[in-house]
Amino acid sequence: MRAAAPILAAVVLLALVPVVTTSSVVLNFLVIALLIALVGQGWNLLGGYAGQYSFGHAAFFGTGAYVTAILQVRYGVNAWLGFVIGIAAGAAVGAAIGALVFRSGLKGSYFALVTLAFAEVLRIVASVAPITGAGVGTLIKLDLRPEAFQFQSRVPFYSIALVLVAISLVLVRAIEASRFGAYLVAVRENEDAAKALGVDTTLVKLGAMAISAAMTAAGGAFYAQYFLFLDSGIAYGPWISIEALLAPIIGGVGTVFGPLLGAIVVKTLSELAKLVTGDAPGLDLVIYGSVLVLVVAFAPRGIAGLIADLRSKFGAAASPEHGRG
Amino acid sequence: MLSTTILIPAILNGLMTGAVYALVALGLTLIYGVLHIINFAHGALLTAALFAAFFAYSLLGLDPYVAALGLAPLFFAIGYGLQRFVIGPAAHGEDRNILLVTLGLAVAIENALLFAFRADTRTVNLPYAFDVVEFAGAFLALPRVVAFGAVLAVALALWIAMRFTDTGKAIRAVAREKLGAELSGIDVAHVYAVTFGLGTACVAIAACLLLPTYYVNPYAGNAFVLVAFTVVVLGGMGSVAGALLAGLFVGVVESLSGLWLGESLGQIGIFVMFILVLLLRPSGLFGERA
Repeated sequence: MRAAAPILAAVVLLALVPVVTTSSVVLNFLVIALLIALVGQGWNLLGGYAGQYSFGHAAFFGTGAYVTAILQVRYGVNAWLGFVIGIAAGAAVGAAIGALVFRSGLKGSYFALVTLAFAEVLRIVASVAPITGAGVGTLIKLDLRPEAFQFQSRVPFYSIALVLVAISLVLVRAIEASRFGAYLVAVRENEDAAKALGVDTTLVKLGAMAISAAMTAAGGAFYAQYFLFLDSGIAYGPWISIEALLAPIIGGVGTVFGPLLGAIVVKTLSELAKLVTGDAPGLDLVIYGSVLVLVVAFAPRGIAGLIADLRSKFGAAASPEHGRG
Repeated sequence: MLSTTILIPAILNGLMTGAVYALVALGLTLIYGVLHIINFAHGALLTAALFAAFFAYSLLGLDPYVAALGLAPLFFAIGYGLQRFVIGPAAHGEDRNILLVTLGLAVAIENALLFAFRADTRTVNLPYAFDVVEFAGAFLALPRVVAFGAVLAVALALWIAMRFTDTGKAIRAVAREKLGAELSGIDVAHVYAVTFGLGTACVAIAACLLLPTYYVNPYAGNAFVLVAFTVVVLGGMGSVAGALLAGLFVGVVESLSGLWLGESLGQIGIFVMFILVLLLRPSGLFGERA
């Protein structure tokens, strides 16, 4: 149970925030950070644990978002049901792309490229297809009832985002401790050796991609409910693919808490950038890009790695049990 | 069926467009062939070069074709510096890190341009922009014909340099067998940086050739980069001749699919072709690189 303690502590701590403040600025900031943490956790499972760096997680985010929104707007499906179907659709897209890509043996740069290309194809299709509202976008009708997954205050949204992140933390922690998790790490470290030892690496990667896509799609579906508006650039745009990988890499790639830590740092950085320069376009992304380069250069194991280093340096109190760091 | 009076101009125009694709792809494939990495910053560098060519014209009054003579060495230096002092050291020798570093650079460069120059689209007005050349019954825009010839010249120069100069031989040696090259005294870090510089110089020349008929905004390079990826994969990663042929081929495919399917679907055609090629034949149609 010791493994679960940090997760419990982090979630309880975050759950106390609405007790301390109901400021919509603070809660809005945290909702976005949690959203990115969730999306990033999806990327982290595939990229961090299985070593498959996707540059196109927007494909799953956008599918989750659009399916949730379109089911409500065009087919009158209940928002909560739409939310669940959106996640399933994201997982299905992940599995489909994974099946195509992994069976043709694409990895490394090729994998990054082809995931990027899939996301771009979906973006272009969404920007012309009538069902997504093409250039106009999709607007979910305002209906502030809990049954419609819409709320007057930000607190329920915050709670839901926190529950989703908590689930993702527990899930990834459980995977990390499982045989499947060991397979993922084996694929990352030496795929040929893993194969030689009898691991069905294609299947393992496929499983990781489907779960990863489901988590990221949950983020997209939540986004749709929170902002009630989507267009092709939001849903399938490169921004979310970048944030999805930035959070875990800054926080600590291949660690349970990496995406959450990274998401908070990334969002803090972008808020600070806005304070300094107002709403000048592009500056937050300039910072993201530079931070990405700097982290890879100077702290390739992210914040979690830095913490692990500090702990072992000032040793005594260090717990013997912390993931891969 | 369409008559030849439509078909031949479409094919010729496709070849002209394809030549520029080929030049952008040439830079990418050169870098891939030697460093075995995909340079995700390639498109952002193309955008930066387009801006550089634009300001060379609007501030200094330099014709883009003249500016190319200055921008090619400048971008060679930029590329050399990026690889030598940023990408190389930051990557710690891991391919995954290189992917991230070049992606980070792409995001930073592209948005720095957006931040500095806003999303406005800029164009230049050159006196010869609308001149045409008649060839085989087709009227071809003069700047595109110039671009076509220039690309062939650059490709030939590159081929000669790779074949007959010491640096070219060192680059080929590193591409073939890095450790062996290192053991025989070749400075691999320098060769990597030279290669990256050459790839970036290709982009600068491509930008100067594009400017007379194209526009500049912070996303302008993106339109080319996935096409260039397609060309590189189609031509066989790392194959210079393959990139040239595949570039021309993709240009023609785009032109013909635009003719039959309309403009917006022509764009999708390229992506679909790209994904299909990656899935079915990642070693490319023309290349045999292991």
